[in-house]
Amino acid sequence: MLYALLCYNDEDTVWALDAQQDAEMMARLAKVRAPLERAGKMGPSLRLLPTTASTTLRKSDPPLVIDGPYAETKEQLLGFYIIDVADLDEALGIARELGVANPGGAYEIRPLAVYNGGAPGAGFGA
Amino acid sequence: MSSDLAWIHAAITAARPQAVGALLRYFRDLDTAEEAFQDACLRALNNWPKNGPPRDPAAWLIMVGRNAALDGVRKRSRQTELPPEEALSDLDDVEERVVGRLDEADYRDDVLRLLFICCHPDLPATQQIALALRIVSGLSVKQIARAFLVSEAAMEQRITRAKSRVAAGDAAFETPGPVERAERLAQVAAMLYLVFNEGYSAGDNPARAELCGEAIRLTRLLLRLYQTEPEIMGLLALMLIQHARTPARLDAEGQIVLLEDQDRGLWDRKSIAEGLALIDKAMRHRRPGAYQVQAAIAALHARAETPADTDWAQIDRLYATLERLTPSPVVTLNRAVAVSKVAGAEAALAMVEPLAERLSGYFHFHGLVGALNLELGRTAAARVAFDRAIGLAGTAAEAAHIRQHLDRLMRDHSAPIETKAG
Repeated sequence: MLYALLCYNDEDTVWALDAQQDAEMMARLAKVRAPLERAGKMGPSLRLLPTTASTTLRKSDPPLVIDGPYAETKEQLLGFYIIDVADLDEALGIARELGVANPGGAYEIRPLAVYNGGAPGAGFGA
Repeated sequence: MSSDLAWIHAAITAARPQAVGALLRYFRDLDTAEEAFQDACLRALNNWPKNGPPRDPAAWLIMVGRNAALDGVRKRSRQTELPPEEALSDLDDVEERVVGRLDEADYRDDVLRLLFICCHPDLPATQQIALALRIVSGLSVKQIARAFLVSEAAMEQRITRAKSRVAAGDAAFETPGPVERAERLAQVAAMLYLVFNEGYSAGDNPARAELCGEAIRLTRLLLRLYQTEPEIMGLLALMLIQHARTPARLDAEGQIVLLEDQDRGLWDRKSIAEGLALIDKAMRHRRPGAYQVQAAIAALHARAETPADTDWAQIDRLYATLERLTPSPVVTLNRAVAVSKVAGAEAALAMVEPLAERLSGYFHFHGLVGALNLELGRTAAARVAFDRAIGLAGTAAEAAHIRQHLDRLMRDHSAPIETKAG
């Protein structure tokens, strides 16, 4: 079963970590991810830039372009993992492990309805 | 540092501008606000590891800080009994109510006021920066002293003096109108850019280089409060793109590496991506300003995969826009670099020659005049200019960079140079 682990946290706090603390956190997360990737349970994961860099398109008629994130909330969507696990228990187990590596905030564990892998070419994201 | 402790420190750092800003609104006194916040932080370090971090660290710190300061007042006046400690530690209900009252507009104005206080017009730039780093960022006096290469005692005195000057003035506690708010925003932006530039010109002083990251963090905070301000987007983009080049700006020996010689693989792509996204957003507003134009110039450099790919013609046009927005000899000097690439060194020299008088004490003026003359084969004139530049170098790295040019001149033209430059 496919789940998305949506990572929510206060982005001011996350971006207040200094370079070393941030690198340590990313290294801890990589350690959690590695065995899951080997087991074929960890799909794409990504980290988003701060919401100050985002733009929102309201699908009104005509569509309206707004600076900033869709929702102004205390905690922001900072990234996500796509995982392929047996059930919710296993998903929660992974979320707990990731949470130890990266405390604060919350994970929303949301089952996927459709998964399109896309077709990233060689230069994609370069 | 354990991950929990790192997180607590980051949460306190992130909450600081909002919390100190709100406490300042309650108590209308900087020292009281700072002490109250300090008190709240001590309790947080005690309480959070045991009870887990609160949902809203800023609201927690504001509430606990305010209670602690009120306690202090009561204790001093000896009129009221202290409330029992349990009343303080059980915060769950109260926190919600405080959060409810922390209206978004108040929060914005609190943070802006706190930043604005540091821009007091009587304070020289260095004091504005020191004050902002102490009050808004919460850096220790020791850290700030190290960044400015002065003793801790001297920096303590400097900050105390700046604070009393701020206290004597009108700290603007009334809610600002739209015009006032825009003016404050512009002054705060200028102050944050000063903080960034202090860090950017740090040379090999790592304590000072950290100021770049701090300026970026505070500007990002400001943009989050004023999401639709294109100049704040421009300022943040400018800082991010400049800062992205930091790993490539100095070589292993601490020597300056010029933009065209830098290893572009060392540039921080995450920072550049954020900067480019911001400048794209800003341009959509069609309200150009000096920060946006400078960011657009930085973006053109960042987008060029090799120096040869640089769109110098567009950079020249952007500098022309900047000359119109903020005329200054330094802007013209920078434009001359672009002109030298587009139209040649002769045209660039013609552009900078009228600036000679106004920029006679400016390191980069003589550096550029030297480089342009060198390009034209006028070695004598190049030498004169490089000699003057060395005398004006602000850091050891700047001086060493010019000395390299001079050494090369000596090597390539070992016979004494007697010909006058044409």
